[in-house]
Amino acid sequence: MRVSKRATSAIALSAAAALVASGCSSGGDGDTAASADGSIVVHGVQPENPLVPSNTTETGGGKIVDWLWTGLVEYPNDGGAPRNALAESINTTDSKVFTIKIKAGTKFHDGTEVKAKNFVDAWNWAAYSPNGAQNGTFFADIAGFDQTYTTDPDGPDGPKKAPTPSTDKMSGLKVIDEQTFEVTLSAPTAVFPTKLGYSAFMPLPDVFFTMKPEEFGRKPIANGPVKFVSWEDNSLIKLTRFDDYNLRDKMKIKDVDVKLYQDDNAAYADLLANNLDFMEVVPTSALAGDKWKTDLGDRGRSTVTPSTAFIAFPIYDKRFQNPKLRRAVSLAVNRQEISDKIFFGTRKPADSWANPLTPGAKPGNCTACKFDPETAKTLLAEAGGFTGEMVFYYNADSAHKDWMDAVAQQIKTNLNINARAEGVPTFAVFRQNINAHTMKGPYRAAWQQDYPDVENWVNPLFVTNGSSNDGLYSNPEVDALAKQASGAPSLEASHEAFAKAVEKVDQDVPSIPVYFYGQQSGHSEKIKKLELNNVGEIDITSVEL
Amino acid sequence: MGRYLLRRLLQLVPVFIGTTFLIYWLVWAVPGDPFAGKCGERRCPDQYIAFMTEKYHLDQNVFVQYGSYMKNLLQGDFGQTFSQREISDIIMTSYPNTLKLALVALAIEAIIGLGAGVLSGLRRNGFLDNLVLVSTLFLIALPVFVVGFVLQWLLGVQWGIIKPTVSSEMRWSELIVPGFVLGSASVAYIARVARTSIAENRRADYVRTAIAKGLPMRRVVGVHLLRNSLIPVVTLLGTDLGALMGGAIVTEGIFGINGIGRQVFRAIITKESATVVGIVVVLVLVYLVMNLLVDLLYAALDPRIRYE
Repeated sequence: MRVSKRATSAIALSAAAALVASGCSSGGDGDTAASADGSIVVHGVQPENPLVPSNTTETGGGKIVDWLWTGLVEYPNDGGAPRNALAESINTTDSKVFTIKIKAGTKFHDGTEVKAKNFVDAWNWAAYSPNGAQNGTFFADIAGFDQTYTTDPDGPDGPKKAPTPSTDKMSGLKVIDEQTFEVTLSAPTAVFPTKLGYSAFMPLPDVFFTMKPEEFGRKPIANGPVKFVSWEDNSLIKLTRFDDYNLRDKMKIKDVDVKLYQDDNAAYADLLANNLDFMEVVPTSALAGDKWKTDLGDRGRSTVTPSTAFIAFPIYDKRFQNPKLRRAVSLAVNRQEISDKIFFGTRKPADSWANPLTPGAKPGNCTACKFDPETAKTLLAEAGGFTGEMVFYYNADSAHKDWMDAVAQQIKTNLNINARAEGVPTFAVFRQNINAHTMKGPYRAAWQQDYPDVENWVNPLFVTNGSSNDGLYSNPEVDALAKQASGAPSLEASHEAFAKAVEKVDQDVPSIPVYFYGQQSGHSEKIKKLELNNVGEIDITSVEL
Repeated sequence: MGRYLLRRLLQLVPVFIGTTFLIYWLVWAVPGDPFAGKCGERRCPDQYIAFMTEKYHLDQNVFVQYGSYMKNLLQGDFGQTFSQREISDIIMTSYPNTLKLALVALAIEAIIGLGAGVLSGLRRNGFLDNLVLVSTLFLIALPVFVVGFVLQWLLGVQWGIIKPTVSSEMRWSELIVPGFVLGSASVAYIARVARTSIAENRRADYVRTAIAKGLPMRRVVGVHLLRNSLIPVVTLLGTDLGALMGGAIVTEGIFGINGIGRQVFRAIITKESATVVGIVVVLVLVYLVMNLLVDLLYAALDPRIRYE
């Protein structure tokens, strides 16, 4: 009898387990509570670093930093010109000395008041090179930066070490009173106030300076509409409404849970089952044949983001130094076909150098972005042809193979160049080769603006020694025009001068814009209203249930 | 017995050192600068790279790095990831999840696999036997990710019986489907091994004797036949726990479980030797201990086996 008795109890047990399993999923809906107490679950990925704004450069953590903090200025969701948020006023007469007054009576999440000092201290901390902040160079405009930020004389691989900076305070920052501080730049920079909405410029509470940055970053204390509650690695970050928040963008709901996924398809399954309330980018697999539209219906939405995919030329390689050859390659790429066939129309063919969604950018100013195989052939002949193999490189750990293969194939067909595309295993190896200037052929690149101004599309990419000018393009005329534009007394004058610089860039074709990014997002049935911000992230303060 | 145990435990030491060094060295040899891709399409500031290189001793050779890592490890310090998080925290949060998942898979394997194997072994060539053979063949042929995606889509998205992914609380009831997916291939192997073993022993002399002296069939099967046929099955189950934990990466990915699979994968990609070794050290221990347990179980199952 013993055996059979055990057998029965085992069956009874598994039946009970099945009941539990089905019982827990049938509950949970029919939540009609008002928005005020509502909560949502949004898609996220594990932040790479502790959440310190000036040390966050990737989107997983960047998104959460953006929600937690409110900066001096904010970027409107429609992509328009920045407006004051925490700043009461930002005054300047010469674009060199700025007097910044912040609104009185706003608080950090630990209850302390946000003062001018919190900005000055935070910026000095990030600009002090021994702290190793990833965003340290964002403060390079400020006078005295070269005293706090020293460079290694023979690069990070060499035996010498960077000298310890002589001071940890930039001379260009001065606290005037509790609500006011003065910023002196080393040269006039019209775009400086626009930059102030970028996460590197967020204030830090006094308590930050008494603890280790990585400890602070595990339980960040910020000043935005939501405050941090808890962070379970790789699984969940909980945020909740900050009730003492008194600026414009107050939360309409209470709790935001950021569920950290490792796999987009898992998140997409959750979205379809209404188990996830918002997913910023549906997986590539759902784009084929417009599957996401059938799956999501009116829960899906398509939008454009200010990001552009490029193919960059390694101009340090002699074979790519002739602008005619570069123009020929650009003219031989059929961008419309790539957009239609590879991306099912979710990406738009690029026709300008700076993304047209960016303030100050001129649409349609890329004359090399047309599809004109005949002219391309003539130009290639004038350039003396191309001998050998032209290899297009991409990082194979992300979905770039299809469109890079298509580009290579088009070059092969339209120019009779022996072209092919080759994947580099990981983004890290890919970037390492790019940083070391050892790329053997054109390679993919992408650019998303840090702050909405055309300046961010010219200085880093096309000016000599620009932070992302990886192909080592250099044209003194472009440098001069860009310098003049950066130092212009007003944004309008600055935009005009940048347009001239871009015209020069257009003659040289240092890289080729291929497509403008689009974004396909989805939300659950629960969400009644929601807006996306200027870079396509969910604006959690706009959500209504 | 005590001596045998001691000898086995001492054997763990060289195995432990060998595996950890090999893994450390292999991850170290993965090409790529760990900090090159950290700043997106922008080159990281040299100051950041210098700061990190010095902090993690990456300017030393691999032997020195391994040496200082082991020194810290023996003092209970697993080190930090490149994101400056304690590796011991990662191990403590992700291991229980994977272990839970693997235990559910193991239980499903044992119950379904053993049940099907015993039934089909007792009634060879009957309808049930054929059904088990065909269905296990089907399970073996299907890759785990196919079973995973199909079940997730059918049960989670189409019918809404389960949630498509597991919540962060990791309730046991949520783990039944992922556990089945993870254990699906092993269920088939267990069933087949159990079936063969039972069928073979069914015709052994001691079974015939037991039946001849008039014991009830239930007792013949339950006590004599099953106990003797279990040795190969226990071997399989025991080593499978380690394999399930190490092989859970696909299942963890599909069902969004925060387990060791994704941690190891992420760490390999980012060249974090310390994280990979830290996680694998525990996995190696699981393997070694399970193997030892299996060997000890043999003695319990079969009185003829004795350890000196």
